[in-house]
Amino acid sequence: MDSVLNFIKQPWPWYLAGPLIGLTVPALLLVGNKSFGISSSLRHICAACFPSKIPFFTYNWKKEVWNLFFVAGIAIGGFIASILLANPNPVQLNPQTVADLQQLGVKDFSHLLPIDIFSFENLFSLKGLFFFVLGGFLVGFGTRYAGGCTSGHSIMGLSNLQWPSLVATIAFMLGGFIMTWLILPQIFNLF
Amino acid sequence: MISNISEQEEFTIEHPVECEAANEQATFEGFSANLKYLVIGVLFGIVFIKAEIVSWFRIQEMFRLQSFHMYGVIGSAVIVGVISVWLIKRFNIRTISGEKVIFHPKTFNKGQIIGGLLFGLGWALTGACPGPLFAQIGSGFFVITVTLLSAIAGTWVYGLLRDKLPH
Repeated sequence: MDSVLNFIKQPWPWYLAGPLIGLTVPALLLVGNKSFGISSSLRHICAACFPSKIPFFTYNWKKEVWNLFFVAGIAIGGFIASILLANPNPVQLNPQTVADLQQLGVKDFSHLLPIDIFSFENLFSLKGLFFFVLGGFLVGFGTRYAGGCTSGHSIMGLSNLQWPSLVATIAFMLGGFIMTWLILPQIFNLF
Repeated sequence: MISNISEQEEFTIEHPVECEAANEQATFEGFSANLKYLVIGVLFGIVFIKAEIVSWFRIQEMFRLQSFHMYGVIGSAVIVGVISVWLIKRFNIRTISGEKVIFHPKTFNKGQIIGGLLFGLGWALTGACPGPLFAQIGSGFFVITVTLLSAIAGTWVYGLLRDKLPH
């Protein structure tokens, strides 16, 4: 039993995690005829809390409330994994990534996120403005504009062989490359 | 234009079909039935943390092409998804309540390119797509609540400007 728990506490390899994520697609379809997607939860929150008579948010969100239970589950899963199944060691990164990020000014590599960026002290600073406010806004605005995120397009859409989802996935990756290679170094120069 | 807006105000979308995560269950589900999706979410969230998909560092590694990990995760997830969907269609597998599984074809519009690029920029900044945001908060990074609120604001602003944006 101890060895099983020790195995679970290790970071899981891609060939275990990927198929488990893929199985979410048939699980949701067969349990309740529901298509996998996560960014829709942000829309349902808007529809439930501040529809403001905007047509895009005036629909029967209660029919889609399962999606909010699903994301609440993700948060609970995050809690369980980090309390009971936590890997005591830092993320094992490619040393080149560590060197590149150190050069940009990232100092702390001991958690899942760099705490010298993602901490409450930075909330009302320029760092906070970029990484929390602008970053979050782009995620919310961009996913809704694209009609889905990594789950709705890259996993559910591609699983159903939808070519617009492939276009969206390529755009996601391209945006990420542009930010990482061209814009991020400029942002770090500001601090 | 003005009359158009007031017309739209009267119009209520009974069911957001353009929503990528549509609920097609015809049989009525009570409130407690939603706990099934909570449980699936819990399992999913555990995988997110254990495979370090929620790590800002892993996303950086991916975009810097310095690790296969994230490509392996997404690639193998898609392969399992493709096989599952094919099996459901091929053998007409029904849901546990006996319904026919309904799929939503995606229609192309410019939003998938423009919105996709904007989301990509945000993905590399925050190190998170919407799912991992929830997992990060659950795993104790409470400051990410601010990122989530900002993402909700972004979604709201999209809804506000939707008719003025190119699609």
